[in-house]
Amino acid sequence: MDAHIQVKNLNAYYGKQLALKNINIEIPKNQITVIMGPSGCGKTTLLKTFNRFFELTENTQLTGEVLVDGENIYNKDVDVTEVRKVVGLLAQRPSPLPMSIYDNVAYGMRIHHLRKNREEYKTGVKHYLEIAGLWDEVHQRLSEPATSLSIGQQQRLCLARGLAVEPEIILGDEPTSALDPISSQNIESRLLELKKQYTTVIVTHTLRQAKRLADYVIFMYLGELIEAGPAKEVFSNPKHERTKQYLEGLF
Amino acid sequence: MNFKKKHFERRHLIELFIKTIMRIALIIVASSLGLILWTIISRGLPSLTWDMVTQIPKGGYYMGKEGGILNAIIGSIYLASGGTLIAIILSLPIALYLQAYAQDSKWGDYVRLSLDVLWGIPSIVYGAFGFALMISLGLRASLLAGIIALALVELPIMTRAMDEVIRRMPKDLEHAALALGSTKFEVALRVVTRQMLPGIITGILLAFGRGIGDAASVLFTAGYTDRIPTSLMNPTASLPLAVFFQLGSPYPEVRERGYAAALILTIIVLLVSFGSRWLASRLNKYTVK
Repeated sequence: MDAHIQVKNLNAYYGKQLALKNINIEIPKNQITVIMGPSGCGKTTLLKTFNRFFELTENTQLTGEVLVDGENIYNKDVDVTEVRKVVGLLAQRPSPLPMSIYDNVAYGMRIHHLRKNREEYKTGVKHYLEIAGLWDEVHQRLSEPATSLSIGQQQRLCLARGLAVEPEIILGDEPTSALDPISSQNIESRLLELKKQYTTVIVTHTLRQAKRLADYVIFMYLGELIEAGPAKEVFSNPKHERTKQYLEGLF
Repeated sequence: MNFKKKHFERRHLIELFIKTIMRIALIIVASSLGLILWTIISRGLPSLTWDMVTQIPKGGYYMGKEGGILNAIIGSIYLASGGTLIAIILSLPIALYLQAYAQDSKWGDYVRLSLDVLWGIPSIVYGAFGFALMISLGLRASLLAGIIALALVELPIMTRAMDEVIRRMPKDLEHAALALGSTKFEVALRVVTRQMLPGIITGILLAFGRGIGDAASVLFTAGYTDRIPTSLMNPTASLPLAVFFQLGSPYPEVRERGYAAALILTIIVLLVSFGSRWLASRLNKYTVK
């Protein structure tokens, strides 16, 4: 397996409380990995360690390593903005920036100086809005505030915005939980289309979504990694008793 | 079942009592505002002639003859604009720094505490401080010295007002920008200022209003003159001092003009605050609610 993210002996603390217990896992390249488990199991915490968002919470501590392309992103000389450029995030609820639809997508390209002139920005914005499946709906209202879009459109805008930074990895923290069924389906099909070019890691609490999306599955319980493996194997033939119970809907 | 209100039950009486107190307080505040406006309008309006706002004082002005207070109007606008400009240049970075780098830190708390202390210092003290500073720099009473003193008066008000606004910045929004690989500075400059622009403008105007109405800080620093300043080194008149000097006059005509000057000052403040409300509502367009 070609691992894109490697987690080694990772422990995470909120204050004194241990939220992740000695996690070791490899996340395959250009596949969709789904992290699942009951609430409070640490799945979101694990995801947040991949783009160094965990440290944004006060009073947290981390030991161990997270390697992206073989490089530990917690090394002292690592520039956190470079990490977050490579590892994009699609949040639980869309939060458009206080600017126009166009500027939302152009924002990331601008701060990272990814384009040279106006024309290039225009084509860039169009390109990523198309990838996110939003172009046809918004191309005539690009200068309108991003908040004028519906929630589902906003989430696709956030996807376009994230992709415009040219990441290699997309993290999704329950990215459809705030959306209606049709918008959720839309986001899911985008993620499936994108998986050939991006390594995708999704946290979800809905088993059905996990089954629809996952190539690779990580099951967590109470801060521990219980089981991980190719989706087919884990879903059809879970090795661990806890996983089996979870898949059967016992908790 | 009987849903009828029992008016003489204890808890209803308490509610009635508290409600009455609140109403009385409201009436006192609203009527004093009305009274202030009525006083300056009824006394000031009759002497608010075209000459008042277009002429500088002529020879016999302070005995009730012709002339106006254009010198003080222009002087006040110069002083308050200059002071506000300097205060913005200093306040905005401080407020953004507090948000981006000193959130909930001890150091941030110290900065906020010292700003609150500065806020509480009477403006005459700033005037005295500005005066001492002026002497030591070999400056004379001038527009520049007045602007510096006013900037000092406005700085804590503006910074704290901005800080309170910026603190309400939604965390989600900040995180969204950080997730794209923004530095904290980029978040502050490109996202926070845009989201919080209406509030920031309100803070600026609050300080401007305080600055243009402040008499004590400009008393020693800007001086008073009948001429319109042509350079930063000229002394300058100001509206609050125009009110002060004219109300102290033995001539009734001049005292009336003091009220007219107060009315002009009030109108300027009102215009600026309505203008800013309008501006803020237009800039509101992109903010995330």
